[in-house]
Amino acid sequence: MNFVVLQFPASNCDQDAVHVLRNVLGHSARLLWHKEHSLGDAEAVIVPGGFSFGDYLRTGAIARFSPVMHAVQGFAANGGLVLGICNGFQILCEAGLLPGALVRNRSLQFRCEPVFLKTATADSPFTNRIPEGKLLRLPIAHGEGCYFAEDQTLAGLRAGNQVLWRYVNAQGEATPGSNPNGSLENIAGICNQARNVAGLMPHPERASEPILGCADGRLVFESMIQALESRPGGKTT
Amino acid sequence: MKAKIVVTPKKAVVDPQGKTVQNALTQMGYTGIGAVHVGKYLEVELAGMEVEAARRQIDDACHRILSNPVIEDYRFEIE
Repeated sequence: MNFVVLQFPASNCDQDAVHVLRNVLGHSARLLWHKEHSLGDAEAVIVPGGFSFGDYLRTGAIARFSPVMHAVQGFAANGGLVLGICNGFQILCEAGLLPGALVRNRSLQFRCEPVFLKTATADSPFTNRIPEGKLLRLPIAHGEGCYFAEDQTLAGLRAGNQVLWRYVNAQGEATPGSNPNGSLENIAGICNQARNVAGLMPHPERASEPILGCADGRLVFESMIQALESRPGGKTT
Repeated sequence: MKAKIVVTPKKAVVDPQGKTVQNALTQMGYTGIGAVHVGKYLEVELAGMEVEAARRQIDDACHRILSNPVIEDYRFEIE
């Protein structure tokens, strides 16, 4: 599959994402500078983590107006798979591709630690390979990952089965203690109504190989690959 | 001409910065301190347009980029 990983000034997880897709999973992945206007032959887009434009104004607020995001809007509207990780999640929310917003962690701390995630549904191109009941252990590294949405938006997310991951403890329970940033309903990741755009604060690309301590993150990328390969027109690489 | 813009967190959004400042003020002995809200202040210098045009443009910019309507309110004056 052909993945494109966007690159904004001060993206810093872009190379990790390319490494996992290319060297760990054996797919084609290339970096694309934010000033580009076309996604070319991309079959899926990763909006990576980092501190695009120094997080000035608000996280993701300036990146979302980069030329490449216009192409991402069109790509998403046509059903293309888009995954935003950490700052990428913030950018997708700012762009209106995902509902809600990410605000300052309730503790005011920058949290950098492994967390457990429970996958709320396997019914998405980002979770279809995650075995039921399996907890993912992934690292987080953010100061502004507190998911906020108005009541009506939250109700819509629940009704549409759009919450993909929640922060949980080692027993799989979504408790206040297992919520690292104060996110409403322990939400760690969501998808849009059409289920082709998703975002999460934890970093699957930093935990996709045993040498890094955990390979649970692979399941997210493998889910995307499975979704792409099972589409009409099928496997292209 | 200049636009003076104030962006504040919406009341429904938890504002841990405001809460922390409120606690600090109370601990310092200031009395009667209620909720504190920490926002942003921006000044945008403008040239070559009528006040009404400036107002329309700044309002549009506030809505699209300078604030996030999901979590923030804004107000501004042109002078």
